[in-house]
Order: sequence, then C-alpha cells, then structure tokens
Amino acid sequence: MAKELTFSEALREAIDEEMARDESVILIGIDIGPYGGAFKVTEGLYKKYGNRIFDMPISEAGYTGCGVGAAMTGKRPVIELQFTDWITIASDQLVNQAANISYMLAGKVSISLVLRGPCGGYDNAAAQHSHNFESWFSFIPGLKVITPSTPYDAKGLLKSAIRDNNPVIFFEHRKLYYTKGEVPDKEYTIPIGVADIKRNGKDLTIVTYSYMVSKSLEAANILAKDGIDVEIVDLRTVSPIDKNTILESVKRTNRLLIVQEAWARCSVSSEVAAIVAQDGIEYLDAPIRRITAKEAPIPFSPVLENYVLPQVEDIIEVTKEMID
Amino acid sequence: MDTQEKIEMYIKMLKIRYFEEEAARQIRSGMPGFIHSYVGEEAVAVGACSAIREDDYITSTHRGHGHLIAKGAQLSKMMAELWGKITGYNKGRGGSMHIAAYELGVLGANGIVGGGIPIATGAGLSIKIDGLDKVVLCFFGDGAVNQGTFHEAINIAAVYKLPVIYICENNLYGVGTYQPSVRSVENIADKASGYGIPGEIVDGNDVLSVYEVTLEAVENRARKGEGPTLIECKTYRWYTHFEGDKDDRPPKEIAKWKAKDPIKRFRKHLITEGILNDKKDQEIISGIKKEVADAVKFALESPEPEKEEALLDVYH
Repeated sequence: MAKELTFSEALREAIDEEMARDESVILIGIDIGPYGGAFKVTEGLYKKYGNRIFDMPISEAGYTGCGVGAAMTGKRPVIELQFTDWITIASDQLVNQAANISYMLAGKVSISLVLRGPCGGYDNAAAQHSHNFESWFSFIPGLKVITPSTPYDAKGLLKSAIRDNNPVIFFEHRKLYYTKGEVPDKEYTIPIGVADIKRNGKDLTIVTYSYMVSKSLEAANILAKDGIDVEIVDLRTVSPIDKNTILESVKRTNRLLIVQEAWARCSVSSEVAAIVAQDGIEYLDAPIRRITAKEAPIPFSPVLENYVLPQVEDIIEVTKEMID
Repeated sequence: MDTQEKIEMYIKMLKIRYFEEEAARQIRSGMPGFIHSYVGEEAVAVGACSAIREDDYITSTHRGHGHLIAKGAQLSKMMAELWGKITGYNKGRGGSMHIAAYELGVLGANGIVGGGIPIATGAGLSIKIDGLDKVVLCFFGDGAVNQGTFHEAINIAAVYKLPVIYICENNLYGVGTYQPSVRSVENIADKASGYGIPGEIVDGNDVLSVYEVTLEAVENRARKGEGPTLIECKTYRWYTHFEGDKDDRPPKEIAKWKAKDPIKRFRKHLITEGILNDKKDQEIISGIKKEVADAVKFALESPEPEKEEALLDVYH
C-alpha cells in the first residue's frame, strides 16, 4: 500500500520514524521547534520529541559545531539550515571539523550528522537564497552529499542519512517541498550512492539530479512526440557518485547530456563528464554536452532569473542538436 | 586537596615542561612538522584538568600537548604521534597540532582558532540530554575570543545552561600580534557579562588558583545544571608561536614572565608546606626525564605507517 505525500511531508515522516526508532537522534536548527520549520518539515515533531529538539539562535557556525560535538559524544544530530545558502557560515565546522575528525582521530570516533535544508532557485529569491552548493561539498573526502528529486527518494535517503556514520549534507530543492508523490506505507530506506533511472530511453542519456529531474522529464515527454527517446539518470547522491549506472546508461544510448541547475565550472557536471571521458569515451557518438546555470549570481527579476537558470526549452534544443 | 594530589599536579606540570623541551630538541633534529610549545602555561592545563573527573571531556587547541598530558595521556604515544608514527595517538594522521586521545575524553585538538568551542558546547548538549553530571573543559587562547564561534557557542551554552567551562589561556599574543591591541576590552572575562554568565579572572601561573576557580565552576555550577562559566587565565608562553619562529616580543616582557615560572612557584609552595624536599624533587625529575627519553626511544623505534593507511577511516 502507498499514500501520496508532499516532499516536505516525506522528509517529516523520515525524521519522525528515525526519532521514534533511535533516541540518539536529535534536531538542531532555527525555528524548528513549535514553529515547525520555515518549510514545515519539522511541523508537529516538537509535541512528540520536544526534549530532543533544540531551537537555536541565528548562529550557523555555532549550532552546526554543536552538532559536531553532539555527534562526537553519541548523538545523531539532524541540523536544519533554514536556507543552505548560509552553509557558507557553517562551513568550517563541516569541512575542517566534521569531515576530518574521524580520520584524524584514527577512526576512534564517528561523526553521525546530517545537515539538511532548502537549496535552489526558480523562486525569485535572488542571489542569497537561491544557491546550489552541492558541488563544493562533494569535493570533500569525508562528507556525503545527497540531492533527492521525489518524495519517495527524499524519505528513503534521509532515513539512510540519519543512520549513516558519516557527516551527510542533504540538499532539498525548495521548488520540490510541495510536490507530491507516492510513498509506501511500509518502512523502507534507499542506499546512499545509488542512482535511479527515472525514465528509460535509447537515444540519449540525461544525467541530472534534484529539481532538474522534473525539468528533464518534462523535456523528455515533449521530445518523445518527435520520436526522440531520452533516458534520465537521477544521481540522487552526488557524493559518492554512482559511476556504474552512468556508464551503463551511456553505453546503451551513446550520448550524454548533463543537466544541472548550478554553475558549470568545477561542478558535479564536470565530474560526470570526466567519469565518462575517462571510462566510457568509446561509448560516445557525440561530444558530451552540459546545460547549467549561466555564470552570474542568481538575479531577482523573473525575466533575468529564467535567463540564467536552465529551462525545459534548453534541454529540448540541446538534445535535438546532439541527436542530429 | 590532599598532599598526594598536589604532588601529582606537580608531576604533570613537570611532564609537560620536559616533554615540550624535548619535543623542541626533536624538531631541531629532524622531526617533521611544527610544534607550538606549551612551556610557561603548564599551570592552566594542570590546574583545570585536576578539577575534573576521568569521564569528563576536554577540547584542545593547536597548542595542545599540555592539555593532553594533564588529561592523562602517555608520553610515548604522544611523541610517536609527533613523529608521525603508526603507534601515535592518531596513527600519524594528526601530528602535533591535532594530537588527541579520544579514549581519554579529548574531543580533538584544533588547527582552526576557535574551532573547538562549538564542539565543546555540543558535547555539553549531549550531557544535558542524557541527564548526566559530566562536564566539558573547553580550552582556547586569547586569539579565539574574537572569533564568531566563541560568541555563538557561549550564547548557546548560556541559553541551554550547558555544563561547559570555557577556559581562555590569555598569553597576550596571537602569532606575532599583541592581542590587547586588537581587542576592545582589557579583560576577556568581561565578555561573560554579555551572555549573563560568570566571568572569572585567575592568575594562570598559579596552579592552585586555576584549580580552585575551575573546581568552583565545575562543582557548583556545571554539574548542578547552573550552566557555563568563562575563566580567563592570565599567562604567557615562554617561546615563539611555533618552535623556530622569530620572536618580536620585548625581552623585558619575556624575562618578567619567566620570573613568574609556574613550576618554580608551585615547587616553592610544596617545599614550604613540607610536601616536597630536594631529594624527592630530584627523584621526580629523574623519573620524568627517563619517561621522556623512553618516549623518544619508543617514537624513533616505532614503524612508519603503511602507505595504504592514508586511505583508511576517510569514511566510517
């Protein structure tokens, strides 16, 4: 049996189930207690687990570091950043501290920590509330980075992230929070590091993740009318990255297009391109292409923002160029 | 405090002094990396750590050898770590700046000034959630008090009444900068009032004073759920920021502080009290000299890590 949940509700179910299952799971963040979170992810949880939910001052470095210390002393903190744009402020605690501690202390301690929150644009929120920083953190050994695209994936992956014995950064695209999808009644988890083929096709592979999965699916449905059959690989996790699924798909379709909301330079899309260039160049019948944000801060004006960020039309256009 | 406890404090202070002097010699004879000497500040680590239990936590800094010895670490595993050997506390992955013994409740040293302050605070949060009577001693220098993490973490600890004692080792300098010249107030302890918690100033070269003030913060506040305390220990590092760095500090200032040697001072106290005499003192010193020499021998004879060790424990 399954039910329909929003992305936000699916995340809440994951946290609720994990808090019920394991007393060491605690929540840290701002406005996450009685207020229920800016995007309602923790709504109602305070009534059930009030003694394990800590509303914090606006101190991203301070409370993220508290999460690291709590993790070192037996807790499994789930930290909410109200917007992951502010991960810049928390970064020392993630990059220099959380990612390194287990290694530097000779594996004597694990940092079981999840830092989660909204990312992304398309919402006229301008440059400081539209960022996608997954590429930065996928660069760091010791961190894992998850970027789900559906309520089903969000729930299964967040449960795995909470149970994981490493620091995990969990990026939730804000345009997805109120999208709906089927979620099983029965408990399930999704392994970290496994991609999912969201659409089977034979002509071209789109490797993508997060909100760009829905843009890519929309483009694929339009392209299908022209007889172009696109396969869509949803990475779901950008660190570790599922090389096999990418390479197997490209082996079948012989064409690779990478669709990513964030800027192109030194990004996840660069990594995917490098993987295929290195280990699958013989599969390719056309050069690898990328659709990403143009290199500018994300502007407020809808006209400007839509110009900077990838659109369905861009995916259709580039796919057709690659097929021709 | 009984006489045996005082002698143990004295031994730990001497261990730090002799370990650090030897580590400096080792650096000059080919040991890799850098070391930040704790010489001159021994009364802070020993006074504070003598006021807590074995199951309490500490967080340390880049100048962390003293904290570790005060928390009961073995000199052999420390020297091996300084040499990057597999037998070191961190299996050679941390070196001097990151040396930490998790099994002794040391929640990391830190190469980032102020980086450990939120971590100590988070450990305090765990203790509070579990309803335990443990405490956390959070060590940092005067340079760290202008970092955001100091203010953010102390506010959080004050709000949630966490059992954390923030111990500032005010040695007047951050690398080469005289810190009072970049700080708007003379006394760091004054910053406590901004968070509604007690701020104490203590003579950081007087081990018994450090002990008494820490004990008060630990037993009468932290363990009773009364929340954090900020303790400013006024002290001085005898040597340069790191071993081998240049020293621009006024020679008269250095001489003035060396005259306030915390070890000589405590020795005088112990002799006056009849707890120590010259003969016993010499026995203690020769015992420590041997322990340090054995630690060097252990480090030098220990194997290097296998190369493949570099890729272990990246993920847990």
